[in-house]
Amino acid sequence: MTLPRLPLEDQVAIVTGASRGIGRAIALALSEAGARVVVNYQHNINGAAEVAGLISGRGGAALTHGADVCVPDEVQQMVDAAMNRWGRIDILVNNAGVTRDAPFARMQEQQWHDVIEIDLTSAFVCVQAVLPVLEQRRYGRIVNVSSLAGLAGNVGQVNYAAAKAGLIALTKNLARELAPRGITVNAVAPGYIETDMIEQVPDRQLQWALNAIPLGRFGSPEEVGSAVRFLTLPEASYITGHTLVVDGGWVMP
Amino acid sequence: MQIDLSNKVALVTGASRGIGRAIALELAASGARVVVNYRSQQQQADEVVAAIEQAGGTATAVHADVAQPADIERLIKTTQETYGGLDILINNAGITRDNLLLRMKDDEWDAVIATNLRSVYQLTKAVLRPMMKARWGRIITITSVVGLTGNAGQANYAAAKAGLIGFTKSVAREMASRGITANAVAPGYVETAITDVLSDEIKATALANIPVGRLGQPDDISKAVVFLASDAAAYITGQTLAIDGGMTMY
Repeated sequence: MTLPRLPLEDQVAIVTGASRGIGRAIALALSEAGARVVVNYQHNINGAAEVAGLISGRGGAALTHGADVCVPDEVQQMVDAAMNRWGRIDILVNNAGVTRDAPFARMQEQQWHDVIEIDLTSAFVCVQAVLPVLEQRRYGRIVNVSSLAGLAGNVGQVNYAAAKAGLIALTKNLARELAPRGITVNAVAPGYIETDMIEQVPDRQLQWALNAIPLGRFGSPEEVGSAVRFLTLPEASYITGHTLVVDGGWVMP
Repeated sequence: MQIDLSNKVALVTGASRGIGRAIALELAASGARVVVNYRSQQQQADEVVAAIEQAGGTATAVHADVAQPADIERLIKTTQETYGGLDILINNAGITRDNLLLRMKDDEWDAVIATNLRSVYQLTKAVLRPMMKARWGRIITITSVVGLTGNAGQANYAAAKAGLIGFTKSVAREMASRGITANAVAPGYVETAITDVLSDEIKATALANIPVGRLGQPDDISKAVVFLASDAAAYITGQTLAIDGGMTMY
């Protein structure tokens, strides 16, 4: 008996910031759909190795690659590594991101700069590196992990909200530029998701958020992973420039 | 990874052709038992059922004009009696009565509002109880990018479709605590009987404004609808997913 063909079989995906949280769930979701996955990390080599281990344990293929996604040379090496191993790239998920929260009046320039670099410029760098490969086969799926903060703002996150809103504009603009080449570009905007990132948020604020979310719970990384995976499928070819909000009904922008 | 909707019952309004037909086929392919609602195209509805059955699925065609409140009541009742529940409602039935506002007749306005908006109010209201009882439900409404952007000659259609988006968000808020999500899908220019009547000139203009360079197909819509109907989309509610080849980017 032959198994049914998986929708992303033979495809290769790069997921940035995939050693934990949402990136990890995206890497696993893409792998479940048959993709071979580059698990990018910056510092958390153990986390990345664990993700790769989970993937290969299920019979999938994964490659961990440490790279600072803001540094073009390092990103190029990651693209080269994927090409050397598998000879193709079909999917890029720009997920890497950090928070450096502070009230605007007290925000340090370094906090602003770090978040803009890591959450926004990284997407520019990664798309530039992957694009020549995608263009060769006139096919590609790019998904940017934005945030509800990029649509609605969030107290203490002027840097993060600006970067994530920037990602949405980058998504729309690239969608227009790359559509003729068979490449779709979309964003996913998660609300509150249970990751390390929200462990830094004060309990009082979390309780407030929980009360404001109609579904009455935080989302799981897997739920974001599923949404990203849907947008990477070949059958999502008519969706581009869209921001899919995964927020339990919180904001409904 | 495969979406599994077995044990789910789905009702798709306006499912004899076009987008509704594609949604019915796709839901059935994922295992749902499907009620294929139609108003006038009985033969085409029967063909949809036959195609589903041939592929090993379960479906039945049920006549109802969703602009008629009594028909809706019967449609819901028949669905529940036939399959013992109703888990997924796809509000798809719609009509156009295009005219410039200056020339629009009251009955053109009324017909579009009744079929495209009022019917959704009534259908959705009727499915809440079975869904609340099951503590699971999916309400997916087919709106249009015209409801976001407006369109000359479609004041009635755009108003109805924009109304559906506000309706969807409100239902999402009211029903979230019951395990019921409500979302909308906003197709752009999809090749169906509705768009077949447009002139080649209008089609060419539309195409020039679609970054991906092609008109949409019913399957582009049905795949997204089935994703939203799945458990994987449990944290998505109140959203409008645009499927328009990049035409609007709202």
